[in-house]
Amino acid sequence: MATIDTHTSATVEHDHHDEGSYLKPKGSMLITLIDWLSTIDHKKIGVMYLFAVFFMFFLGGVAALAVRIELLEPIRQAADGTITGSNLASLFGLKDYSVAQSGNLYNRFMTLHGAIMVFMFIVPGIPASLGNFFLPLMIGAKDVAFPRLNLLSWYIYLFGSMFGVIAIILGGVDTGWTFYTPYSTTTDADHLNVVLMVLAAFILGFSSIFTGLNFVVTVHKLRAPGMGWFDMPLFVWAIYSTAIIQVLATPVIGITLLLLVFERTFNVGIFDPAMGGDPVLFQHFFWFYSHPVVYVMILPAMGIISETLTIYSRKKIFGYHAIAFSSLAIAAISFLVWGHHLFTSEGTLTATIFSALTFLVAIPTAVKVFNWVATLYKGSIVLNTPMLYTMMFLFTFLIGGLTGLPLGALSTDLHLHDSYYVVAHFHYTMFGGMVVAFLAGIHHWWPKMFGKEYSQLGSKIGFFLVFIGFNVTFFTQFFLGTQGMPRRYASYLSEFQPLHQISTIGSFVLAMGFFVHLFVFIQSLAVGKKAKPNYCGGLTLEWETSSPPIEHNFHHEPMLRHGPYEFADVVPPQCEPGEYPMPDPVENNDH
Amino acid sequence: MTTMDAQSSESKQQPYWKKYTHQPHWRSKEQEFDAAKIGMWLFLVTEVLLFSGLFCAYAVFRLLYPDAFANGSHYLDWRWGTLNTVILLFSSYTVATSIHNAQMNQQIRLRINLAITMLCAIAFIAIKFTLEYIPKWSVGKRPGSWFSYPWASEPHEPIWWSIYYSATGIHATHVLIGVGLLGWLLIRSFKGHFGPKHYTAVEIVGLYWHIVDLIWIFLFPLLYLIH
Repeated sequence: MATIDTHTSATVEHDHHDEGSYLKPKGSMLITLIDWLSTIDHKKIGVMYLFAVFFMFFLGGVAALAVRIELLEPIRQAADGTITGSNLASLFGLKDYSVAQSGNLYNRFMTLHGAIMVFMFIVPGIPASLGNFFLPLMIGAKDVAFPRLNLLSWYIYLFGSMFGVIAIILGGVDTGWTFYTPYSTTTDADHLNVVLMVLAAFILGFSSIFTGLNFVVTVHKLRAPGMGWFDMPLFVWAIYSTAIIQVLATPVIGITLLLLVFERTFNVGIFDPAMGGDPVLFQHFFWFYSHPVVYVMILPAMGIISETLTIYSRKKIFGYHAIAFSSLAIAAISFLVWGHHLFTSEGTLTATIFSALTFLVAIPTAVKVFNWVATLYKGSIVLNTPMLYTMMFLFTFLIGGLTGLPLGALSTDLHLHDSYYVVAHFHYTMFGGMVVAFLAGIHHWWPKMFGKEYSQLGSKIGFFLVFIGFNVTFFTQFFLGTQGMPRRYASYLSEFQPLHQISTIGSFVLAMGFFVHLFVFIQSLAVGKKAKPNYCGGLTLEWETSSPPIEHNFHHEPMLRHGPYEFADVVPPQCEPGEYPMPDPVENNDH
Repeated sequence: MTTMDAQSSESKQQPYWKKYTHQPHWRSKEQEFDAAKIGMWLFLVTEVLLFSGLFCAYAVFRLLYPDAFANGSHYLDWRWGTLNTVILLFSSYTVATSIHNAQMNQQIRLRINLAITMLCAIAFIAIKFTLEYIPKWSVGKRPGSWFSYPWASEPHEPIWWSIYYSATGIHATHVLIGVGLLGWLLIRSFKGHFGPKHYTAVEIVGLYWHIVDLIWIFLFPLLYLIH
């Protein structure tokens, strides 16, 4: 068996041996702060994004809990101002809170949850944080193609989020995150909140476009010598496909939101039926972006799973090409399915075509899932936190994917649409897919990013709380939906109460799980043991540098000598031979 | 002329474009230049998609209200539209020439061409505002519910004006951004930043300017020349 020792045979061109970690402070607190805020280092920008999206996740999560508390009782209870009312209202400074508006308050928290989670957490989440940090490392580059643009997009993200937060402080928005007209053009007519929130989404779109554009060019131009397209790690493929969707879909939401702003501020009437405008046109525009963007959310997650799954089962990925191409196929098909959000307002023929196209997405998605499961077969599986989350992803994402099929089928959708079934379905794909994979990725790469190990026991406790909490919260909602509970309502028939209560209890278990994770991470940063450079026996290029990486990423100009997943043939860089099991080469691959 | 430019700049200290080295994460200047171009082309794709939303809205409403559109279009003066088209086409030529000048190290011609391009952009905006927007707005040809033109013959004319102001307004914003970018190039060209070995900024602003021009080429017939 040919074993290649990578870390002794690297070429010595630019020697960065004496260089310190990128985290090393540059001087006093102030100087370090200024250094971080003006950095063009992709690693620092990735870390800054990570904290920014975590904060937004926290805000969105609090709003979700407020919604769940409200739903404990079938009758609007915020009316007496006990639970949801005064406390949370004062927390968020909702100044026009009053008893009469309590239903409004519920709507606002629901919108807040949706808009923050979608525009400020899920969409930028993985690509901007982990993608920013690891994409250049994994292709052996010193930085992304346009480092200054990268920093700019972080500031645009902050600026856009600020608009969103201002809209919340001014009283919130109650349109739902989709901003459907005519609701978004008529609600709160005397306030600027909707305009601010829409502008926030518009500005965040720029951040998304710039990040995507940067990544596409980076992958095209900055791969290490010797790295062909099919030598790239699958995470890179996933981020690349995502970036293409970001570049191609975001401008359309840009113009849509801009027209909505014109509609609100200049009354242009394009979406106003009273003036001959067409509100359904808004929905078409909106979903032409927002459906592809669903794959902006999930593709990077699939990329993370492709990495963790192979590393922690010590097996070459099954069907590398199939997984890579299915990412591109999903990206392509995603542009043709927006109509399935408008089934009820379309003619039969249109709806049938969109239904058929929707089913088409299931094929590349299933290709991925089958390949992942086949990779696990006969692997030496290590059940640490990232792998547990990877398993959870396979489980919950499968449920999320399969429950989408009844929604894509016209006849069943008639019964299920706008019900809690839809809510449960997309939470199983968004949370059970993106968030779970994000957690897998963070736990997988945390020691690489910060150079500190975290408590396995603590993070496993967190995992079990999240796993149980998530399933209790959302599986009940499938039942609620099939029994007829409509989505978005604050009040409901009392027969639904038990299931709603179970769901709310689940959401608190889920929140507890996140606090355990937060605690574990803080503990890791404070007192964590120093991590080894290659603590999981990975073969991709980020494992050739130290943990945390040095300022210029690599000690030597990296040179690709083996594929990303050849665990049977290669001793992982910076590891002793025999430290990790070397499985027998399996004849399953297309290399 | 050309050689004189080159000699005079060499006789002083080395110009910026000769000293320029690529950013450290690139392997060569050529690679950096290529990447900047790919990046700009991708950005242009997003621009086209941005306007495609507007074209889409235009198509929908023109199909719904063909008479309102035909009627509304007659209120636009095709002569001003044509003049603006000529101005933009000419500026596209001058910006293309300025890239050539940078490659050939014709510093003075580079500055002249950039200045002409910028003046064309300003002229476009001036014509747009003083001869089109303001007269129309003042007689009540306004978008949506602000429409107050008393002699409108079609009930859906406000929608036509909404589309007209949205499309040309967003385009005019792009022209204004172009003025800023060209001004930036002009200042840098006076500092001798561009030359045969380094003209990335001229090239990519040139690309941007062409797309602004191209979008107008589509907007002009769709808005001014329909019946």
